[in-house]
Amino acid sequence: MTTSILSRPIHPTGLWAWLTTIDHKRIGILYGVTAFIMFLSGGIEAMYIRLQLAAPEQELVSPEIYSQLFTMHGTTMIFLAIMPMGAAFFNYLIPLQIGARDVAFPRLNAFSYWTFLGGAVMLKSSWFLGGAPNAGWFGYAPITSSAYNPGHGIDFWILSLQILGIASLAAAFNFIVTIINLRAPGMSLMRMPIFTWMTFVTSILLILAFPVITVALIEVMFDRFFGTNFFNVGAGGQPLLWQHLFWVFGHPEVYILILPALGIIAEVIPTFSKKPLFGYPVVVLSGVVIGFMGWMVWSHHMFTVGLGPVANSVFAVTTMAIAVPTGVKIFNYIATMWKGSISLTTSMLYAIGFIFLFVIGGLSGVMHSSAASDAQQQDTYFIVAHLHYVLFGGSIMALGSGIYYWFPKMTGRLMDEKLGKLNFLLVFIGMNVTFFPMHFLGLDGMPRRIYTYDSDMGWNLWNAVSSVGYLILALGVLILIVNIIWSVLSGEKADGDPWDARTLEWSMSSPPPEYNFEHIPIVHGIDPYWEQKREGLSTVPISGGSGDDDSHGIHLPQPSYWPLLASLGLFVSGYGLVYLSSSIGLVVSIIGAAITMVAVYAWSFEPVNDPDEGEGH
Amino acid sequence: MAQNEDMSTETHLGSENHSDHPTPLTYFKVAMILSIITAIEVGIFYVEDLSYGIIPILTILSVMKFALVIMFYMHLRYDNRLFSTLFLTGLALAFLVVIALLALFQFFTPS
Amino acid sequence: MIQMKAKVIKGARILQEAVTTQHGTDHEYTTTGLNHRKLLMWAFLGSDCMFFGSLIATYMVYYGKSKVGPFPEDLFSIPITSVSTFVLLMSSMSMVLAYAAIRKGSLKGFRVWILSTALMGMTFLAFQVFEFYEFANHEVHFDCSQVGTGNLSAFEESFQNECIEGVTTVDGIHDSDGNNLTGLTPKTNLFGTTFFTLTGFHGAHVTLGVIWLLSLFFYSFRGGVTRERDLDVDLAALYWHFVDIVWIVIFTVVYLFGVFPGFPES
Repeated sequence: MTTSILSRPIHPTGLWAWLTTIDHKRIGILYGVTAFIMFLSGGIEAMYIRLQLAAPEQELVSPEIYSQLFTMHGTTMIFLAIMPMGAAFFNYLIPLQIGARDVAFPRLNAFSYWTFLGGAVMLKSSWFLGGAPNAGWFGYAPITSSAYNPGHGIDFWILSLQILGIASLAAAFNFIVTIINLRAPGMSLMRMPIFTWMTFVTSILLILAFPVITVALIEVMFDRFFGTNFFNVGAGGQPLLWQHLFWVFGHPEVYILILPALGIIAEVIPTFSKKPLFGYPVVVLSGVVIGFMGWMVWSHHMFTVGLGPVANSVFAVTTMAIAVPTGVKIFNYIATMWKGSISLTTSMLYAIGFIFLFVIGGLSGVMHSSAASDAQQQDTYFIVAHLHYVLFGGSIMALGSGIYYWFPKMTGRLMDEKLGKLNFLLVFIGMNVTFFPMHFLGLDGMPRRIYTYDSDMGWNLWNAVSSVGYLILALGVLILIVNIIWSVLSGEKADGDPWDARTLEWSMSSPPPEYNFEHIPIVHGIDPYWEQKREGLSTVPISGGSGDDDSHGIHLPQPSYWPLLASLGLFVSGYGLVYLSSSIGLVVSIIGAAITMVAVYAWSFEPVNDPDEGEGH
Repeated sequence: MAQNEDMSTETHLGSENHSDHPTPLTYFKVAMILSIITAIEVGIFYVEDLSYGIIPILTILSVMKFALVIMFYMHLRYDNRLFSTLFLTGLALAFLVVIALLALFQFFTPS
Repeated sequence: MIQMKAKVIKGARILQEAVTTQHGTDHEYTTTGLNHRKLLMWAFLGSDCMFFGSLIATYMVYYGKSKVGPFPEDLFSIPITSVSTFVLLMSSMSMVLAYAAIRKGSLKGFRVWILSTALMGMTFLAFQVFEFYEFANHEVHFDCSQVGTGNLSAFEESFQNECIEGVTTVDGIHDSDGNNLTGLTPKTNLFGTTFFTLTGFHGAHVTLGVIWLLSLFFYSFRGGVTRERDLDVDLAALYWHFVDIVWIVIFTVVYLFGVFPGFPES
């Protein structure tokens, strides 16, 4: 209507179609591609680390650069690669799995993506604007204070994390409402696919955990910008408070990274075992329990700061206890495979690889849940080994499984299985060769975050092995890229249901039509599509997929400029705030805030479907 | 078309029932109670004989105000329980985290 | 069972009709029958509890840990803050009356009540600005004969060295340029840092709320606020009441407990 300054994009094409899209499938692909590029950039940072540590007493990078490398590697992999890769699957799959035509707030969804992209670009740009952040991914105070860290690196870190936080929160609210409110008839909570369930738990964790890191980052930011005393020891401030706030967020964050992975595995294994998931309610329950208990264990990251025996014991016990629901899930996955008719596709291999590696990571996790034992392991490469087994062996392996599983759905083409198996083999071997020796190095006393080491420390061999492992791993990822590109261009055509799968997203053509379901399905059980195929419960009408939406009279929400502009404003004001000490910075940040405000106003007055323009259909 | 009409009334069944909302008089009464509690809070504050007894009293009074606002003004009492669940999850967790942090910083341990 | 199935099928048919979210109309089919935006608002408020929880935790962890004054008991004026607290409480009542008015279709009533809510919100903000200004310009005044009698606060006692030969009263502490040295700013001490951050973020929430309420007020003249779209008002109201309950907690924890004489001091 008249409130629109820009005329609304009705049927944009080409680049504009992507910039203004509010289709969850397109946003999912945008998330996936961006996250994959970020994964590669984090991998390049890791390459420098492994090159530097390949042999003792090397000077390939300076200690200053080395600190920036490990900080950026960690921050990138967690916030820019694994989380958004999960978000890519949430976006693409949740509406399809629950039988909806889109998420509850399509424009908010676009806003989440663009804001995430802005935060990612901003963080990465710090490399070229005077140095990246260098205080580790957990940015312990007072290393982040302006007294000890005068450059802009930390400012980039703080502000880009705030922007990424806004993106994650917006997405999480969206998925919570979508999952509660847009399930197809008959899909009760206890019939939701496990992936949807885990997305739900993850989203709840996100909306409760991110405010805490927001406050913690605000405190550091105020200390740096306005000279407040939050972490100023001279005025009585306690760096310990940062550690607590960070890990109150940080531990749920760990589950934010792994729960989507557990969800993906629970989709892949039953499909390729031709058996329903073993103990569905227990798998759901254990996921919820993990989400709940994830709040009670944060101080296990702080066993060595001297919280006292009572606090250490309490957190040791809760940490050991949280291994139980996680173990329950693993047993359920194994029991699902038991006596199943297993087809070892690449996706399934990744899923099995996940179980192997995640169990190893879980076991070393239980080892340092004992406070006494952790005192030996804290800040050594043993921890590095553990966290890579759960994040690479856990999250990344599961995401790999997800990519191979849902690629045909997203592109309409199968991925090459031969290349896929080679890819899996190299990644699996490379991952173990890289990270397993780190257990030895850690128990041998090699500390984390050192830029080099003396040649008589006895760490030469395993560091060299680990660096060779990196090469194998990198080759594996390279083959994955080749496979993706080749398959997109000339992979074998896939029909709607190449795996004889169970959930609703397979009941439509590949790729799905823009409106997803021509008729909203009716759900009768946990594996609705199997039930339709096997028991003839023909209550899930197969959608057309002719791509001609006019004939169905389905009105989709129209694209919009405002989410993009609102994100742009945040991005601009983020840069302004980094340079707040100069007057230009102040002006830029105000301009950015104004852009966001105008966009939000225009957005709230813009109808989802413009009644005048929608009539043409 | 008539059929359509029929269905849209059907959908309305599920949404919140609008009839059992409180009247403005109730809102006014709640406001009076809130004011009285605030007056008691401020008054109690000047009774020095209470010493540490002031802490539980003020806490209870504040919790009462809090509860009145969310139950009546935010009409959680009349609304679907899902709303309460969403909100109270965040509230309870925030409360527990605050208490845990204070305990970890020896707030409750007399020095 | 058959009945349930019939229900499910009926739901599906409705869903096919209700194609996508229609902005402003709250009649779309949803699984729970609840409105998307209202669910979002409640989830947001739950999330915001964690935000204020973290700020309050920070304030309390640093309570009494400031190394230099001024301390809460030097600054807080309970009568003044009680008035602003009362104003905010009353704004909640007028907010709920604005909502009740629009639900009855009384646009006039809605306008009166929502404007008075916004005005009370602005009054509260004015109190807050006044308070911040007063704190930043706090001066110590005491009679030197009172030193050591127990009538002075710890902060005042810390200036007893000013009572040199021939000085009978201390009238503010200033540097050579005449700047007041006894005010409270976010830089002064931990109390200043945590107090201004916590109440400042609350104030920012109030400011956002006032903007929202005024937007609704002006939008009502363009026909944007109607009985059918009472949800728009409901959502603003929920946000406004939330800001109010956060203040209920802050008033008790920060102000009343803050100057309570029985608490351990730094």
